[in-house]
Amino acid sequence: MAINTEKNSYTLFFAIGMVIVVGSLLAFVASGLKPNIKENERLEKQQNILYAMGVDENGDDPGSVNFISTDKVAAEFKTYITKQLIIQGDNVTEDDQAYLIDLKKEEALAKDESYERRLPLFVGEKDGKTFYIVPMRGKGLWDAIWGYVSVDEEMVVQGAFFDHKGETPGLGSNIKERFFMDDFKGENLFNGTSFVGIDVAKGNADPLNKDKSDNQVDAIAGATITGNGVTAMIKKDLRMYLPYFNSLKN
Amino acid sequence: MGLLSKKDSKLILDPLADNNPITIQVLGICSALAITAQLKASVVMTVSVLFVLGVGNVVISLMRNIIPSKIRIIVQLVVVATLVIIVDQVLKAFSYELSKTLSVFVGLIITNCIIMGRFEAFALGNGPWKSFLDGIGNALGYGVILIIVGFFRELLGSGTLWGYKVLGDPIAKTGLYALGYENNGFMLLSPMALITVGIIIWIQRSRNKALIEEN
Repeated sequence: MAINTEKNSYTLFFAIGMVIVVGSLLAFVASGLKPNIKENERLEKQQNILYAMGVDENGDDPGSVNFISTDKVAAEFKTYITKQLIIQGDNVTEDDQAYLIDLKKEEALAKDESYERRLPLFVGEKDGKTFYIVPMRGKGLWDAIWGYVSVDEEMVVQGAFFDHKGETPGLGSNIKERFFMDDFKGENLFNGTSFVGIDVAKGNADPLNKDKSDNQVDAIAGATITGNGVTAMIKKDLRMYLPYFNSLKN
Repeated sequence: MGLLSKKDSKLILDPLADNNPITIQVLGICSALAITAQLKASVVMTVSVLFVLGVGNVVISLMRNIIPSKIRIIVQLVVVATLVIIVDQVLKAFSYELSKTLSVFVGLIITNCIIMGRFEAFALGNGPWKSFLDGIGNALGYGVILIIVGFFRELLGSGTLWGYKVLGDPIAKTGLYALGYENNGFMLLSPMALITVGIIIWIQRSRNKALIEEN
């Protein structure tokens, strides 16, 4: 059987046919695997939240991030996270699905002035201490960055976790490495009584991060824009929770 | 080899040595430089390329008589991209943590010139079984170099292998480090991969003079 593969009409027909076949194949694969992928993402969120409050499997390993393993994370999440709150203006409601709130969608909805943004907040207990874990979302150099930071009642940082979608490997992508995230522990979000956040600062002359009251952590070389993104994200997203933390004090 | 004829086994064994895609054909250098700072990444990249090149060669070979020659490069690209997306999705569904560490590397497979090179040079002109063997052979030849380079770069650059501290702890000064040994951070940079590949080429050509080109 000889087909004239040089004809323009054949080429066109072939291209269209290929697109249809490949397109439906990929759509089929994607929708077939979607439940698994969604479930994995849900567990990952729980791992990240727990990691921010120091529930992890790091042990004595000083270098790498070791989450609670996926088979245990759902149970541990129930144990450690005592309350999941949704803050909407002055209203605070409990909702055990609050961790599934999509910050990106909320941010988009909040552009409409009349919409009162839902702010999820997770309250964790560990060794008699209370952690308040705030989710954050911002922009890095190439794409979205996000993270969770846990604070105590005074808004002193107890732990932080960052992740990114597509920062430069080896540079911006290092925000999810221990040497960067661990620096945030003990940092203060306030300077005296005013909220200033935490600056990812170049040349703060404190690379070992001994000074915990300077509102600064040491930046990653070659990742200025990603670092600025982290700074902006912390400032912007934690500020929204200030009224709630003020109400805790009274 | 009882399973394969002499000609067929040549298809697998040749790329491993005298027709190696990296050291002789000088294809796929880009990813060989980029990801060989760790042994683990090298091995995972090898396995992924093994799958994509093996299956891709068969697909292209099956379609070789109906692909219009004017758009054959695009067809090849679509086949690679489809396979890579499927690999990515399957990893995300069944091995989420691995897919997280691999994120960039999986996408890098698409740009690996070995894949396009084998499609164009072999699969378009040969049957599926031969193409499959050729794909496996070339992926293995690529992988061997990747793993050798990854082994030396991780060992000399970080003092670890597969993440394990085989030379002792550089901070606590145990093992070799107690004797004053230091890691060579330069090994972690891409230029050292090029030099390592160069040394492999040197060794290979000095053992087999037939590979040396005449000026």
